[in-house]
Amino acid sequence: MTLPVTPSQTIGPFFGVGLCWPDGPEVVAEGTKGAVLLTGRVTDGAGEPVPDALVETWQADPAGRFAHPEGPRGSSTSGFGGLGRCATDAAGCWAVRTVKPGPLPAPEGGVEAPHLEVSVFARGLLGRLVTRVYFPDEAEANAADPLLASITDPAVRARLVAVAEGDGLRFDIHLQGERETPFFAI
Amino acid sequence: MSDSHPSLDFPAYRATRLRVPGRALVRLPYRLTEVRGPLLGEGWVVEGDEDLTVQHVGVPLGERIVVGGRVVEADGRPVPGALVEVWQANAAGRYRHDGDRHRAPLDPNFSGAGRCVTDSEGRWRFVTVRPGAYPWRNHANAWRPAHIHFSVLGRAFVQRLITQMYFPGDPLFAFDPILGSVPEGARERLVSRLDMDLTMPEWALGYRWDIVLGGRAATPLEDEEDDR
Repeated sequence: MTLPVTPSQTIGPFFGVGLCWPDGPEVVAEGTKGAVLLTGRVTDGAGEPVPDALVETWQADPAGRFAHPEGPRGSSTSGFGGLGRCATDAAGCWAVRTVKPGPLPAPEGGVEAPHLEVSVFARGLLGRLVTRVYFPDEAEANAADPLLASITDPAVRARLVAVAEGDGLRFDIHLQGERETPFFAI
Repeated sequence: MSDSHPSLDFPAYRATRLRVPGRALVRLPYRLTEVRGPLLGEGWVVEGDEDLTVQHVGVPLGERIVVGGRVVEADGRPVPGALVEVWQANAAGRYRHDGDRHRAPLDPNFSGAGRCVTDSEGRWRFVTVRPGAYPWRNHANAWRPAHIHFSVLGRAFVQRLITQMYFPGDPLFAFDPILGSVPEGARERLVSRLDMDLTMPEWALGYRWDIVLGGRAATPLEDEEDDR
């Protein structure tokens, strides 16, 4: 049996009525060992900030485990949910406090470098956009990552790697234009 | 998937123009992060979250309705423990949001937000009021058909869905580029139907709408194969 999938629709401009959780941006609490603030700005094809986007992050814990009930790989240690959610502000900026996930075995062999999965929703987007954030201090692991390796243009590949900025990390999301972020179909 | 989801590039919906990526999307193979999803559950909701008509001292104005259905995967398996979040305009077509400039009244007894977690059969249910249609500025004399926004967190990252549910027979369907962005044969999947089993006698009409999540979540067997 294959049922027809429910189509997506835009999140629209008024999702703040229901979707913003007070602790949404806190994947881990401030002061957690290894906690890092990942910030970024969402901009449109004219380079203007997108003040009505919702950014969600999803990731494994530092041991490479997920808060998922099934399977002998086990669930993440208690308390780590792995999901972050932050609406952009008037300047198009978002931030989540998280930790670097562990590397993951790739089904086709090899190892995936530590990464976050990112969903972007906004007015004007009829479906979500999906991208990934890799870590700048993982050059060796990034070089061996199968997804990064599948992107042939090094300039485009580099856009999936966050930039160190002060004590934190920065990952800007360009929806359209010359510096467009690579987005994936899933 | 292409026969279900809207094309992102849909200029009749004006806000798409500066926001849709210009480059073709690259297929992301399913690896571990894609087939896992957040483990949610009962702790995510409190009593009253699923009834939008009891969140204030008074009762909201408008036609009280029940909206319910199931969350399932494309193979028909129910998705238990899925977080379903909704938000909507009030009966007058106005959102409780600073950005909503529609000259319709706010209702002090209606926030327009609800959430619930699906049960073991994938079932969810909300009590609310029927939202009003409202104008927007996409084109001259543009009006949105009445709708409720839905956000669903399923079993896997690939199953994440944000969409809108409509009401049967709305004459505004033909003029709405947001519903119109969906391939014609798939639009009916976003339209609820009157359901007398959900309808509560002497109280509220019931509308049924089932949500089918695309994408495949991990199975325990795959987990084993993936193990280090």
